[in-house]
Amino acid sequence: MPVLWLTLIVVAISAAGFVMGRGRAMASADGNIRNLHSLPVYYGANALMKSVVPALGVMVLWLLAQPLFIDNRIAQMIPETEIAEGANIGLVMSEVRRTAAGIDNALRVGALDPTTAQAANADLEAITQSLKDAGQVVTSQITQPVLGAAQSYSAMAQTSNLLMTIAVLLVAISGAAWGVLESAKAFRARNTVEQGILALLIAAASVAILTTIGIVLSLIFNTVEFFRLYPAADFFFLLEWAPSFSGRGGASSLGILPLLWGTIYISLVALLVAVPIGLFAAIYLSEYATPRVRSIAKPLLEILAGIPTIVYGLFALLTIGPILLTVFGDDGLGWMQGQRAVMTAGLAMGIMLIPFVSSLSDDIINAVPQAMRDGSYGLGATKSETIKQVVLPAALPGIVGAILLAASRAIGETMIVVLGAGAAARLSMNPFEAMTTVTAKIVSQLTGDSDFASPEALVAFALGMTLFVMTLGLNVFALYIVRKYREQYE
Amino acid sequence: MTDASLNSPDASRPAKSLTHEDARTKKRNASERRFRMYGVAAIGTGLFFLLALLTAILSAGLPAFKQAVVEVPFTLTQEEYDEAEKALLKTGVYTEYFITSLSSTMDAEGVEIEFDKKAVERLLGKVGGELRTYYRENEDDLGAPIAFELAAASRVDRYLKGTFTRDDLQAGNRFFMPEDFDLIDAMREAGLVKQVFNWNFITGVDTGVDNPGGAGIGASVLGSFFMMLVVLVLSLPIGVAASIYLEEFAPKNRFTDFIEVNIANLAAVPSIVFGILGLAVFIQFAHLPQSAPLVGGLVLTLMTLPTIIISTRASLKAVPPSIRDAALGVGASKMQAVFHHVLPLAAPGILTGTIIGLAQALGETAPLLLIGMVGFVARYPETFVEGFFEPNSAVPAQIYNWAARSDAVFTEKAWGGIIVLLLFLITMNTIAVILRRRFERRW
Repeated sequence: MPVLWLTLIVVAISAAGFVMGRGRAMASADGNIRNLHSLPVYYGANALMKSVVPALGVMVLWLLAQPLFIDNRIAQMIPETEIAEGANIGLVMSEVRRTAAGIDNALRVGALDPTTAQAANADLEAITQSLKDAGQVVTSQITQPVLGAAQSYSAMAQTSNLLMTIAVLLVAISGAAWGVLESAKAFRARNTVEQGILALLIAAASVAILTTIGIVLSLIFNTVEFFRLYPAADFFFLLEWAPSFSGRGGASSLGILPLLWGTIYISLVALLVAVPIGLFAAIYLSEYATPRVRSIAKPLLEILAGIPTIVYGLFALLTIGPILLTVFGDDGLGWMQGQRAVMTAGLAMGIMLIPFVSSLSDDIINAVPQAMRDGSYGLGATKSETIKQVVLPAALPGIVGAILLAASRAIGETMIVVLGAGAAARLSMNPFEAMTTVTAKIVSQLTGDSDFASPEALVAFALGMTLFVMTLGLNVFALYIVRKYREQYE
Repeated sequence: MTDASLNSPDASRPAKSLTHEDARTKKRNASERRFRMYGVAAIGTGLFFLLALLTAILSAGLPAFKQAVVEVPFTLTQEEYDEAEKALLKTGVYTEYFITSLSSTMDAEGVEIEFDKKAVERLLGKVGGELRTYYRENEDDLGAPIAFELAAASRVDRYLKGTFTRDDLQAGNRFFMPEDFDLIDAMREAGLVKQVFNWNFITGVDTGVDNPGGAGIGASVLGSFFMMLVVLVLSLPIGVAASIYLEEFAPKNRFTDFIEVNIANLAAVPSIVFGILGLAVFIQFAHLPQSAPLVGGLVLTLMTLPTIIISTRASLKAVPPSIRDAALGVGASKMQAVFHHVLPLAAPGILTGTIIGLAQALGETAPLLLIGMVGFVARYPETFVEGFFEPNSAVPAQIYNWAARSDAVFTEKAWGGIIVLLLFLITMNTIAVILRRRFERRW
């Protein structure tokens, strides 16, 4: 039964539970609401909650576990000889899955009759042909083991689906019945329902933990897998990045150092643009600007923060790049070869970070107590002297924190470097040369056609891990500094 | 000692007035002015960048919304129609009719030029086919004068917009000959060329590299729409529930602290890492379909949750405790006090935060690249459910896709796509601002 229908039936059962639970409670109180412990709606909600939550929970778990279980069973059915010619079991499994889906599809449109589909010694060519007729993309000729596996795959999937339907409906009905039978005037329905809601709230709050765990696990597992195929020492210390394009491993050099250098260089350029502009803008806005100027300039600057990064990427590639090329290119100073370069990406990223630096520093400068400024004025200092010698030193830890946060943003930024920085990994000092970054390589290694089991694809997870650790470290450190500083003056 | 001696000028210090600035004061004041100027310059630079960005977007993107058409008055009689339908190459005959009509129109305007069938097809596409289709469907129009609007090829379009000049044409281009420029100029002189709004860009789907002019952003707008639907349906309830727990019920313990730390860190994790998560968990592990808006929506949900939780908690915190106390005082349970009183009062703030979170998610590109939402999508989903599961693109991913192609027409489309994206973002943010202005209560 399709999941959508099953869900609707579960909802219908629980709705019936709601009505019956409510009715039963009212009946037990002789129709007088004052004899009940809770409001009638809570008795209904109790029955509803007890049927819909566990039923949908069972369904979701089943749907998650089913493919794992079936894949495991099917994978054992495929003989080793079949895997030897393909690169790995994953490829064969996806072929099996495609074939199974194709058989189901062909059955639905009538291109294949059920007896042929299930026959163990079915004519392979005929089946392949009818699958192709039914519009299923099948790579080539289906082999006998694949067909057998596909047949048991769809059989197992059907059985599993049937079992799931039964289990889910059973849970829904028994939950509803439990809730209805409980409904009597002395039953503390409200407390039960509220406990249930609290549990749901806690579950929602735990999504944040689950996400972190998901990120960490998916990074760690694939990184470990990568290091099994590729030596870790090479990854960390090799000065060359040259993945082979065949996707079969072997001749690839996957050293992270050129990528790290590109990342750091571009971030440095970005910070050199963003920090002075952002900091001076923040100082002017918080110390000099009239309320009127502030109310206009601050939101305008913050528009820059709301613009999606893809826009900056395009701006870098198509506006900044050509302008730089006319000045520093072959017609000008001759330092720049193409429009993609460290400067191109760095400038665009710097523009993006200006509002980030300025609004964070603005908050921090505003948090410096007025008494410190007044003291300085009282000694005869000018405004700029006060700012330079009193306000900024007091705000320095916070500003450093803000800059670190901006740096973490710059390191993790993807679209600007994918479009603006180029694709060649280089260790060079020339800021007008194309370089590439960790994020850009994650994108290029995972969007190609290579399969997930090759070191060329898995390296993206190791890069992701590096990126995650770097940004996390910067963030934790920056937040620690900012928080510590805030406590000083509050 | 007399008053006089007390007031007499000190010999060691030169006489000076307070209005007269000495060198040191001058230096200090100059440095003050300089410092102030740095601030003005910084803000000026920031605003200049904003202006440059907007100018670049508008000047490069607006042409994508315009399309050059050639309008030719045309009459087809019944006899001509019958004759054409009898011929072996039917559309060829229609093209001949069209060319005759075009040259007589131009002659009437006093413009003389020689051109052949090939040139017409290079500039205006398969004219004969279009005419035939039209007349076969509208036989009543036979004999009556019709003004045909024919969409010009993308190079004509760019020539008229000034982004493609005679110098840009490479020798040996099969799709465009040097003499075609003269024909366009002649048609323009005869007043046949018009600029109309390019509806195809709004409603169309992506096209292959051989037909850059026909590419539209419609399907990817729909893809973004389905993703936003997933994000809204998942992140709003989960985010609000999590915030209510953390703000109203959570005891101060290790578990709560752990959640808080997690949320704070997730807010700063680079978006590409969420893409890796989506790829590993939703596609590799759970076998959800690649490139599907559902998966994109799930990834963006996880990304937006911290934003929504942070803003929801702020608006829950803004509801004064007296509201809760009053509700508890008349016998409500804590849960009732929160859901019946605090939550409705915090709703405008929550909604504002949610819209801003959605706007952020709408512009996000990097995670979508990893889950494959960047492929070539040539059709609309047919049913509502298909919209979630069929491969689709999203507006920012489509822009990236166009930007990565080398054809200058696609570049223009990419800028045009950015205008569409920014229009959506501006609308959402405006709604958020209006909601805040209208419903925000200061206690």
